[in-house]
Amino acid sequence: MCRLFAITSKTPLSPMIAMEAMDVMREGHDGSGVGLFLRDLAGPFEEMKDAPILSGIFTDAGIKRLDRYMMDLGFMTKYKISIKVPKVKLPGTPKRDVYLIRAYEYPEEWEALPKQEVDNRLVSIRLQLRAMGEEEQDMIVFSFWPDVIMIKEIGDPMQVARHLNFGRQELNARVIMAQGRQNTNYAINLYACHPFFIQGYATMTNGENTAFVPIREYLLSRQVLGYTGYQSDSEVFTHILHYTIHHLGLGLETYKHIITPLQNEALEKHPSGAFLKQLKHSCRQLTIDGPNCVIGCLPDHSLFMVQDRKKLRPGVVGGKPGCWAFSSEICGLDAAIPDRDKSKDFQPMHLDTTIVGPDRQEIAICSQTDPLPLPR
Amino acid sequence: MLPDRPITPSTLSVKDLLWQVLWDKDKCTLCGRCTAVCPVNAIELGVFRKREFTASLEPERPSTNVYKVYHGIRQKTDPAYACVGCAMCNQVCPNDAIIPIRSDEADKLRFHINRGGQPRSRGGRRNVPGGLLDQIKFIRISMLTDPALDAGRHEFELRTLLGRMLPPEDNIRFYKENGWIPPVREIYPLIIGSMSFGALSPNMWEGLQLGVAYLNEELGMPVRMCTGEGGCPPRLLRSRFLKYTILQIASGYFGWDEIIHALPDMQEDPCAVEIKYGQGAKPGDGGLLMWHKVNKLIAAIRGVPVGVSLPSPPTHQTKYSIEEAVAKMIQSMYMTWGFRVPVYPKISGTSTAMAVLNNLTRNPYAAGLAIDGEDGGTGAAYNVSMNHMGHPIATNIRDAYFNLAKLGKQNEIPLFAGGGVGKNGNLAANAAALIMLGASGVQIGKYIMQAAAGCLGSESDRCNICNIGRCPKGITSQDPRLYRRLDVDMVAERVVDAFLAFDMELKKIVAPLGRSTTLPIGMSDALGIGDHHAAERLGIKYVV
Ligand code: SF4
Ligand code: SF4
Repeated sequence: MCRLFAITSKTPLSPMIAMEAMDVMREGHDGSGVGLFLRDLAGPFEEMKDAPILSGIFTDAGIKRLDRYMMDLGFMTKYKISIKVPKVKLPGTPKRDVYLIRAYEYPEEWEALPKQEVDNRLVSIRLQLRAMGEEEQDMIVFSFWPDVIMIKEIGDPMQVARHLNFGRQELNARVIMAQGRQNTNYAINLYACHPFFIQGYATMTNGENTAFVPIREYLLSRQVLGYTGYQSDSEVFTHILHYTIHHLGLGLETYKHIITPLQNEALEKHPSGAFLKQLKHSCRQLTIDGPNCVIGCLPDHSLFMVQDRKKLRPGVVGGKPGCWAFSSEICGLDAAIPDRDKSKDFQPMHLDTTIVGPDRQEIAICSQTDPLPLPR
Repeated sequence: MLPDRPITPSTLSVKDLLWQVLWDKDKCTLCGRCTAVCPVNAIELGVFRKREFTASLEPERPSTNVYKVYHGIRQKTDPAYACVGCAMCNQVCPNDAIIPIRSDEADKLRFHINRGGQPRSRGGRRNVPGGLLDQIKFIRISMLTDPALDAGRHEFELRTLLGRMLPPEDNIRFYKENGWIPPVREIYPLIIGSMSFGALSPNMWEGLQLGVAYLNEELGMPVRMCTGEGGCPPRLLRSRFLKYTILQIASGYFGWDEIIHALPDMQEDPCAVEIKYGQGAKPGDGGLLMWHKVNKLIAAIRGVPVGVSLPSPPTHQTKYSIEEAVAKMIQSMYMTWGFRVPVYPKISGTSTAMAVLNNLTRNPYAAGLAIDGEDGGTGAAYNVSMNHMGHPIATNIRDAYFNLAKLGKQNEIPLFAGGGVGKNGNLAANAAALIMLGASGVQIGKYIMQAAAGCLGSESDRCNICNIGRCPKGITSQDPRLYRRLDVDMVAERVVDAFLAFDMELKKIVAPLGRSTTLPIGMSDALGIGDHHAAERLGIKYVV
């Protein structure tokens, strides 16, 4: 089973914090891969919160192709981090030419565009690059979005982190999500590696989503830009989150109602039961059938954790005002925030959504039996 | 052979019949029960003559012979009285002296059951054993990363929805703006399909209703039963049990006067209204209740004279196209109950089913689509329709699901599959396979007749006389001498047994697949089949 770790902190942290937490949870994953998601970036990116950042892995030829493509679109490089790949190859990790993290300046003619249009164009550029890469096997593109960096690689998380020097200052961020991946039933493919990301929404998961095929068919049929891929059975969690908040205009509290609706007796007693029943019916195709623990991040930098209906996966949230971590295991939490009040650690059950908002002051726990908040 | 014995072209020997009745002289007590019970008078008491020879051992005394007469059972060879193999004679015989045996070769009878130029008509279903559904396996078992669930201990929500679902965006908007949201029922995914009061005997019907009521009220299983065409006993229409009932309307509109008249007194809405356009067992034929079964009670409920055949034409004659029919009928039925009751059509499995489905996707009122495949049953139809027409349900339902998925409406119009579900006894496996192929639920007819009332029919032309009202078990007969054989309470008990057993088996299938909170509709990644072409056609895994 995969191990998950996420942290949100007022002061920027090094991704190594997450890597160390993963390392203490080593027994839970087979070290077959690592995925890292960074946002609310510090360092050089602090100054350019609006610039879209492209992250991915490229061959030398791929980089040339990328440059030509981006230039034609009118994107200018604003800043880049060069991760120089060490000469000695890491055993078990494929040989790569370039790990790319590059911030761009928008083309001039984009300035007048409404935000929605910009957001969609960013997605289609990422998709276009991904398709180009799949054709020639020269690019793997993880994200193209302001204030977000994603790195994924095959290999033991700690070794990969040292190999690529995740400890460098430029990678410090206030929100970090990391996953130690276990090699599951699908073929090894970096696109199958968590976390997943679309338009500001990111999630990572452990476990298996047995309702994957019908959900995938449903999402694909929504014809929403970016609902593609699905190399992993859990990529749908990200898209359902995006669909719930971005598309249906509902709050994070309803996410859990969509993926794991209440049973009828509970709905009848629920103060917002009538509405939730409608939601349960019309979103029936999006109900997941775990076991899963989902950790996710919203565009406003909130972090959250939810469990499937059966609650068959571990997950714990703890920390102190200003710094909270979400972890598969308590030892991961201990490694990252040893000086917290451990009696306040919270393990969400089958009804809970645990949220740490952008202010990072406290954990909010909302239960599915609570009334839904009025629309914001 | 006597020189003047009349041998005509249709003189048959016992050997030429499909069923031969073996009778054992030594065991028979001549009680006469078998001849009394035989629904088609295939056997009669017979007088036989036998010569007994006594050889003398003393040379001076001659040997003698005597002619003796003895009594026994004789099988008639007149095609009109051919044994139907029901084995009721065997059931009632105190000594096991009699049993029907199926012929070891193709019978000659089939060339002769067309007396008066009338082709053979019968009830039952297509006489072809086997079928594709039984070949489907469930191949995806949760194991390493995700242990299988426990069918006995985990909570399961095996419910399905019947009714038109709005897309989530519209649903939320309509809810906020107090718009009309189509009615949706949460029901159990195994539905007792349309068998009318008229086709079934009063005892059978009552037994089913009683079982359904018990399942709902005592066991909390929201099982629904469709009435079939022909209306409802007035008392049911005015009772709280109506909510467990799906009312059917077909082109004969039989019984609808009664239903409309009961409207002001209805305490509950019916679960749904099903408009019948076709029956999988005889696609393109209408409904048919033959005169044998139209007694006083049936005539009264249907509002017709006694003793006339009641055909419902294959199409609703007042409408000229399916588009118009669907739109008008659905609309008016919604109106009848103040837009509170889902209305959906039922059609035969056919390659033209997609046209109907596409049409429904554009009709915001259509609450679902029931498709009945070629293995479905019927109370009466011509042999040729039953045996040689129709479309298998598995591919039809799969095509329909893919079609909806392409349009992004797979959650919006629930599909219900019927036609040979559980025909070889594997009800839960067949139902689960259809659900994973894309059905929201399944309908059963003959299965429940066999399980709850011991219907003798099989896939090898056994019995099949539902049409003439002589059902030896009293299931499809309107003759009190026959239907009093059926105990209402026992039927109800068997209905409950069958549903509970199905429920456990369904859990035993979905739990290892890791599904418990939603019905695995469209979970095709769990399915495999050892036939390459079938796998390709259904879009499931090929496994050998
Ligand atoms: S098997 Fe049925 S039809 Fe045949 S002789 Fe016996 S009772 Fe009559
Ligand atoms: S029921 Fe049995 S014992 Fe009675 S007459 Fe028929 S064969 Fe003979």
